[in-house]
Amino acid sequence: MKVDISGLSKFFENRIRLGIMSILIVNDSYDFNSLKAALGVTDGNLASHLKSLEDNSLVRVNKKFIGKKPNTSYSATETGEKIFRTHLKALEDIIRKK
Amino acid sequence: MDSQSEYIEDLRIIKKVMEESSRFLSLSGLAGIFAGLIALAGAAISVFLFLDGKLILADGFFNDKTVHEMSRLKIGLSAVALIVLILAIGISFWLSYRKSVQKGQKMWTPVSKRLLINMVVPLLTGGILIMILYSHHNWQLVIPSMLIFYGLALVNAGKFTYNDVFYLGMIEILTGLMAAAFPAFGLLLWCFGFGVLHITYGLIMYRKYER
Repeated sequence: MKVDISGLSKFFENRIRLGIMSILIVNDSYDFNSLKAALGVTDGNLASHLKSLEDNSLVRVNKKFIGKKPNTSYSATETGEKIFRTHLKALEDIIRKK
Repeated sequence: MDSQSEYIEDLRIIKKVMEESSRFLSLSGLAGIFAGLIALAGAAISVFLFLDGKLILADGFFNDKTVHEMSRLKIGLSAVALIVLILAIGISFWLSYRKSVQKGQKMWTPVSKRLLINMVVPLLTGGILIMILYSHHNWQLVIPSMLIFYGLALVNAGKFTYNDVFYLGMIEILTGLMAAAFPAFGLLLWCFGFGVLHITYGLIMYRKYER
């Protein structure tokens, strides 16, 4: 049987981007260092994936200061959430049709 | 089919990452068992040292006491309660810390912070209320307040950790309301709420998640 994969998004072919989005769907916002710890990736690696999600408006950056320390946190945009949920549903449908 | 197993792995990662980032799963069942045993030990010490060996206190129990006896009772019971609290919290923190190290996770994460804040608000409110009740000699409401506010803290915390914590909280609240309705059985219900329930919960958690 042919399965419909049109709902899958190329953004989430990468597991780190998939992980980032999974975290931002269940949390209003998450800071850089906690993302790093949760996914077990390096600074550079995480930053580049966040940048690509940000450039495609899937993720929003919130910069603020805690005391004198800069703190960067990330949230999923509405578009990002929609694309992710469609992707998730497509994955589930594919598995179910097997 | 190869891509099929890739998709299954993707779903597994999504589920795991969502769960780990939104729930603190390093609470230890053993901590519950220890906390329960400490509570029961504290209650036993109180009964034998300060309450004339009585677990069920008749209505006029405190009225028959002299001023001197009363102040000894107040200081003694507060000291025992404080030691029980510190030991139980200390052991819970230590065992949770150990469990997160074992799992290779950090103890201090956005979700564990949220868990803590959500517990601290009802606990601190309850703590302050109990001190006010205490200073107004409103003994009857001290034990119900302990159980009810602790239960509310757990119900709140349940959103950020195992669901079981939510149900434990609900039972603690019911136990507290019972204690308010039947003051004579306050200490007995306290032993049930902080002793028996903790041990039962700890055993269930231990068998369910740690074996």
